[in-house]
Formats: sequence, C-alpha cells, structure tokens
Amino acid sequence: MGSNSLYGPLDPAPDAGYTDAPPRMGFFTDTSVCIGCKACEVACKTWNAIPDDGFNLLGQSYDNTGGLTANSWRHVAFIEQPRSDSGAATGVPGAFAGLPTGPSASAQSAVIAATTGADTGTAPGLPPAVDALAAAGTVDPQLFPAAGTGPQFLGMPQTDLPGRTSDAPRTDFRWLMMSNVCKHCTHAACLDVCPTGSLFRTEFGTVVVQEDICNGCGYCVAACPYGVIDRREDDGRAWKCTLCYDRLSDGLMPACAQACPTESIVFGELASLREQAAARVETLQSQGVDSARLYGHSDDDGVGGDGAFFLLLDEPEVYGLPPDPVVTTKDLPDMWKRAGLAALAMAASVAVSFLGRRG
Amino acid sequence: MSRRGDRPMVPKAQFRSYYGRPIVRPAPWTHDIAAYLFTGGLAAGSSLLAAGGQLTRRPKLRRAGRVTALGALAASGYFLVADLGRPERFHHMLRVAKPTSPMSMGTWILTAFGAAAGAAAVAEAASLVPSRLVRRVLPPIGAAAGLGAAVVAPALATYTAVLLSDTATPSWHVAYPELPFVFAGSALASGAGIGLIADPAPPTRRMAVLGAALELYGAHRIETTKGLLSEPYATGRAGKLLKAGRTLTAAGVVGAVLGRRSRVVSALSGLSLLTASAMTRFGIYEGGMASARDPKYTVLPQRERLTEPADGQ
Repeated sequence: MGSNSLYGPLDPAPDAGYTDAPPRMGFFTDTSVCIGCKACEVACKTWNAIPDDGFNLLGQSYDNTGGLTANSWRHVAFIEQPRSDSGAATGVPGAFAGLPTGPSASAQSAVIAATTGADTGTAPGLPPAVDALAAAGTVDPQLFPAAGTGPQFLGMPQTDLPGRTSDAPRTDFRWLMMSNVCKHCTHAACLDVCPTGSLFRTEFGTVVVQEDICNGCGYCVAACPYGVIDRREDDGRAWKCTLCYDRLSDGLMPACAQACPTESIVFGELASLREQAAARVETLQSQGVDSARLYGHSDDDGVGGDGAFFLLLDEPEVYGLPPDPVVTTKDLPDMWKRAGLAALAMAASVAVSFLGRRG
Repeated sequence: MSRRGDRPMVPKAQFRSYYGRPIVRPAPWTHDIAAYLFTGGLAAGSSLLAAGGQLTRRPKLRRAGRVTALGALAASGYFLVADLGRPERFHHMLRVAKPTSPMSMGTWILTAFGAAAGAAAVAEAASLVPSRLVRRVLPPIGAAAGLGAAVVAPALATYTAVLLSDTATPSWHVAYPELPFVFAGSALASGAGIGLIADPAPPTRRMAVLGAALELYGAHRIETTKGLLSEPYATGRAGKLLKAGRTLTAAGVVGAVLGRRSRVVSALSGLSLLTASAMTRFGIYEGGMASARDPKYTVLPQRERLTEPADGQ
C-alpha cells in the first residue's frame, strides 16, 4: 500500500497492483446537453440484463426511476426549477443573458398547427369545453383570446418556435436533467470495506462486484458516500454499475455512452475527459452560463476524484449528490487507534476491578 | 401585495435536495445487527468476567462468565449469518483478511474468540464427564482458553464501533472517537450484570461502575458534541432508547453499590445493566439509521465544511 492508499491523489490501478495497467477510463456526463431521453437507462438495463425496479409513478417530474439502486445503474434525474430558486435570482444582471425574452408560443397557434394540412379525417375533435375561468369572468381575454370561445389548448407539442407568437410572458422556469451513475471513486469506500473481496479494482481503474463472491453483507451499501451501491431484495447480493467491464475488455464503449444521442455521456480516458470538461465549462461560462461547474473532477476532493464525473448547472445536492463527499476510510487509522485505546481502557477496568481488595 | 403584517412565511428551507430523497443509503441491515452489537459485547464482557473469576479463584463467576460467553457467542453467530443477503455464503468472509474492512477484521476476531471461549465453556462440563483422564485434562485447557478469550475480548467489544463508524452514515461516522468507549463500557457493564446475578462479589460491582462510567460518558459526548449530527440520537426512537438505557444504567449502578447486602437487589441491578446495554446498542443503531434516511444530515454538515475555510489539511 502506498502512502495515499486511503486518501489523496492516486492512480488506482497501479496502486491495486496492476503492472502495465491501461489508462484509467471513465465517464464525463455533461448535463448541459442532457435531454432526459433515458436511452442510457434502457441501454444499461438491456445490456446488463438488469431486472425491473418496479413500475411506479413517483410524482417527481418525468423521473419514475427514483434513484440509483441495485436494479438501476443509470438514473436520469429531472428537476423542475424556477431559476430564482437556484440562487441566481432573476433580478441578477445576466441571469437571462442569451436566452429568448419574448413570450412563449401561443396555445392557439399550436392548435392550429396541429390541424393544418390535408384533412385526414382523423383530426382530434376539439369540443367547445366549458371553461370555468372564463365563466367566472376572471380570465384576461388579452392573455387567452380563445378562452371560452373555441378549442382549448390540450398541451399538444408546439410546432412554432418558443417566443415567436404572443401568449403569456416567458417565465424564469428551467428544467435540469442529469444521468447519474456510479462514480468509480479513486478511493472507493465500498471496495475498502468489502469483507469478502467481492468488490475489486479493475485494470481500467474502475470498481466492480463479483456476483459469485458477494454474500450480501451490505457493508458496501452503508459505506458509499453517494448512496450508489445497493442490495437487490430478492437476490440478496450487492449490485452496481460495472462501467461495462465486459465491453471495455473487448474494446467497446459502455452501453449507456453508446446509446446517448446527445453525447451528454462521454466515455474515454479520464485524463482527456478532464481536459474536455474544463474546456466545456469555460465555453459555457463565456456564454453566460455562470452556474456551470464540474463535480468530481478533481484529484484533491474527498474521494481522490471520481472516475465518472459531471458538469452540473446547480449545486450538487439539487441533483441528489453530496456536496462534499469524503471517503469514510480516510479516518480509518484514527478509528482503529480509538478502538485500541478503548480496548486498553476495558482491559484496565477489569484488572482494576479484580485486583482491588477482597471485600 | 404587502408581506408585512401577514402571518409569518414558512421559513425558507435551509438546504436543497432531490425531492427530499436520502443521499447516502442506510445500511440494509435489520435489528439482527443491533442485537449482535449487544450479544457480541456481552460475550466479550462475560469472558473478561470469567477470566477475572478464574484468576482470583471465584468459580461461580468463572462458570457464569464462560457459559454466558458461549451462549452470547452462539446468538451472535446466528444474528450475523441471518442478516446476510446470502446466508449460505457466510464462509466467503474467510477468503480474505483486510485491515481496511472492519467487518473482515471482526470476522477473524470473532473466529479467534469463538474458538477460545467455546473451549473454555466446554471445559466447565469436565465434572460431568465419566472419564478420569478427560476430567484431569479439561480444566487446564479451559484455563488457557479462558485467558485466550479474555485477551481477544476487548478487540471483540470495540471493533463493532469501528464497524459502524467506517460508513457514510453521518451520525455513526462522526461518533468514531467516542463510540468504541461506549461499546467497551456497555460490554463491561453487561458482563458485570451477569456477575451481579451469579455472584455479586466486589469485583463485579467495581466492573459495573467502571463500565457504566465509560458508557455514560461516551454516550453523553456523542449526544451533545456533534452539533446537528447529535440530533438523531436525541430524537425519535433512538432518543427514547438511549434515554431509557441511561436511566437503567444509572439505576443498575446505584443498585449494585447500595444494594450489596441483598442478593435480590444485586441481581435486579445486574438485570438492569444488561437491559441498559441492549438499549444503548439499539439506540446507537437507530440513531445512525435515522441520520442516513434524512438528506439534511448529509447535506448540511458537508455544506458547512465547504463554507468554512479549510484548516490544516
């Protein structure tokens, strides 16, 4: 074990004993171009033959996966957010720089767009609905010229450009999406605490569970500072992202990165990914996106840097990530020292108890 | 629209999270593990009691300690294996010995302790064996094994504190300097409890006082000096358990010291100490689990760390 084996900057594969290890591989997930399509979730499930995670409606925007679990190794987070909530208030100069400022596309133009062209005979009927607001006389006819008089806006996809036609003023609302995954930490607490040797470091610097060894003790689950690794209920063993170890070994790209249509998930050598990410952050900031930041990219953070790191547009905790994760084994030498002291105190107490005078 | 004069607004959330979901994951353990914390400590405490009894020629203490240690050991084995996701693979723990894994270290500590404490307990049955040779050979073996178990016992009682602390569970990790002392004290007090029931000799009373002092002091530090992360130990089920444990520990110590003339009061004090030890373990367990379930305990201390200037690392 080297001097930084528990904490600090380190190249994990050579530290784990690999000679001539290939370069460390990882993911750079750029959330600024994520469109929330969940192709990564699907590709991951398909390639790795992962069972379903239950079919639940969680009421969390378009996220019905919930989070990373034993059965979800990629998870797309959806955050619906008024920008004033993000700490950068709308009153801040530059908060909307470069964004369209006009009103959104009108509901009516969307309805018209939906029915233009040749009549196929299958156009959706738009019965004149009773509009409660209009009936109560509270609706501003300026804002909703169609209210009460014609077809209602049913939320059909708009074919017009945002801001082209007038309807309501544009709001400061934004939508954040992020594909989360195991971070493949430089100092992986799950790997450190595994008592069976089931978790191991691969030659690519990633962390993988051997399912034929894991006996489901659950220690890794409690140790992970990101809450990633999890025990599968009906199976009893711990599961998580393998960074497609099988595909990597054959020179292929992990399934999620392969499936990502916007290259939000970039796979590659960690060193070049970090350069790419630094350039991307610089570009975004020069375009006025002050909230762009990298997460997990630095060797000097609490886990010695992540093998899978992110470009975020808000604080990490908004995406369900810990703001300053530190590998728990950083303090392990101190913990053993304290336990040793307590053990000595215990032995001394018994000695004192029995060596005292016979009463 | 004036906000002045309206009823006070709901205070702004102090932290943000992803739909209030936890960030770190609570250990997927059941109360089996909390029960093991108690039985493991009891095995350690009673084997120390047995060794004390053995060295100061108090056969009743020796016998009670050894038999209790064996019983607690068997219960520990059951709880640990039952809590695995794949119990039939329990022996995979014996594939490696990893100092970075307190569970791996604990496996080996428990194995070593189990062999010694088991042999010591079996030796207690020497007088029941008809063979004269066995009757002659067993007691010295038991004496050596009993001392061996006592050497390992402090490690057995304290490694479980490292086991809990070496996790991302906020209130367990933050308690790492004091938790071994709480567990050591709790183990001593439970061992002393067995002694007070079997043979309330002066050493058992002294052991009860010292154990309770360690346990109470450590628990007090954990419950009061960890800021926000002390909160899970003071509220909810953990708070109730720890409070009950504290009361019963105090009652047990008072009973052991003042009731020394009465076998009944001594035995009740012993019972009180045993119950208190179990409650403390369950309270610590529950407090940590509660801290993992609420993202506030993960986010706020980390935010605080980020806003404070880094000092000396």
